[in-house]
Amino acid sequence: MPALRIKKLATKLIGPISFDIAAGECLALMGASGAGKSLLLRAIVDLDPSSGSVMVGAHARDDMPASEWRQRVALVPAESGWWADRVRDHFPATFDATELTGKLGLAGSFEWEVGRLSSGERQRLALVRALCRWPEALLLDEPTASLDEHATGLVEDLIRECCGKGMALLLVTHDRRQAERLAKRLLRMRDGRIDQTSEGAP
Amino acid sequence: MNSYISLTTADLLLASIFLGMNAAFSILLSLRLERQLIVSAARMITQLFLVGLVLKTIFTHSSLWLTVLAAAVMVTFAAREIWARQDRRLRGLWGIGLGGTSMLLAGTIVTVFALTTQIQPTPWWSPQFALPLFGMILGNTMTGVSLGLDTLHTALYRERAAIEARLLLGSTRWEAVSAAHQRALRSGFTPIINSMAATGVVSLPGMMTGQILSGVDPQEAVKYQILITLLIGGATGLGVLAATFASVWRLTDNRERLRLDRLAAPRT
Repeated sequence: MPALRIKKLATKLIGPISFDIAAGECLALMGASGAGKSLLLRAIVDLDPSSGSVMVGAHARDDMPASEWRQRVALVPAESGWWADRVRDHFPATFDATELTGKLGLAGSFEWEVGRLSSGERQRLALVRALCRWPEALLLDEPTASLDEHATGLVEDLIRECCGKGMALLLVTHDRRQAERLAKRLLRMRDGRIDQTSEGAP
Repeated sequence: MNSYISLTTADLLLASIFLGMNAAFSILLSLRLERQLIVSAARMITQLFLVGLVLKTIFTHSSLWLTVLAAAVMVTFAAREIWARQDRRLRGLWGIGLGGTSMLLAGTIVTVFALTTQIQPTPWWSPQFALPLFGMILGNTMTGVSLGLDTLHTALYRERAAIEARLLLGSTRWEAVSAAHQRALRSGFTPIINSMAATGVVSLPGMMTGQILSGVDPQEAVKYQILITLLIGGATGLGVLAATFASVWRLTDNRERLRLDRLAAPRT
């Protein structure tokens, strides 16, 4: 059974779109800016109203409250949002982030102020934030867009580790080589739809 | 104390001397304010005379329907004003309806309550009491509601990334917008809190001043003023609460989404 199954998903602007991701698989999604990649991710996590069905494992999206759905299927948008002054206040009080922040080169960052974070630090901390509830599927929107080579490598290592532990991953990227490094399968989007001829190895 | 001094037209003309001097200065110093000054003074005089005429007609007829009609006209103007004072408004009829209905509900509940249990004129809807009371309550509730909604809509729009980040981490819509909602409530409540704190020390309220000038015992006038201020504060609070909760409900949905597509673009 696929970990994430998307069937005829459509909003006012995109779709219908269907594809599956297996547990432990990383699927790359590419396409020109404006093709609807971010809108697809928003529709999957139910941030925009959509028709069609999305299932994670044996659970249908529409059979559970949206908040529960988003703990199973996590999205890290390209632009992360922050609502408190300190980094720590964006995480559950009981969460021990030492390991995850260490892996991304951000040890000690919980005591920092959000206002002083660089865009790359924000992006990596947003990834940690999404992972701290350990979702079954993870949707990443250009997770390394503002990172240098070293930090990009750390994020890619973490992505591989997540897949290794059985997480289903959907990776939106503009970097063809990154898709090759991480994914065995690649989809392309054009004008709000999956270009069916595009499916294959990156 | 009960000597009421009636004003003559000559008194009003005399009172306009200083405003006339201002206009003369404006011409002398080429400030170009004279036109606006004279036009707005003329508007004020005409509008007030007309309102006086309308009120006198309504008071002499003492008809329930005429009173309700006058109240409805007041509510319509106030709802339009709430709508106009928001930078980003709800789309469609919600834009004028949500703020207007909140203000109408809060204003009506408080006015009817005060008329039936505290002031108790006969009949209880007697226009001489109902209309001025409703007007004062409505005016303040209008200010509160428009400030509250304007703050809420701007905050939801500007902070959508942070709000959606919370939704993505499994918060409910009410948790996710709580910071923006709190700020909206605070900004709606601030004018009435400030004015209550300063009343009597910095400024003598207009209504109380009017009563004292027309010969009412200051201690009686003060009691009326306290009653009115408490009612205004209560109605403003209820109106702001109702409007902001309703608007958060409208701008989110039961799948815990932020629905900014239900918000219109700001005026350019």
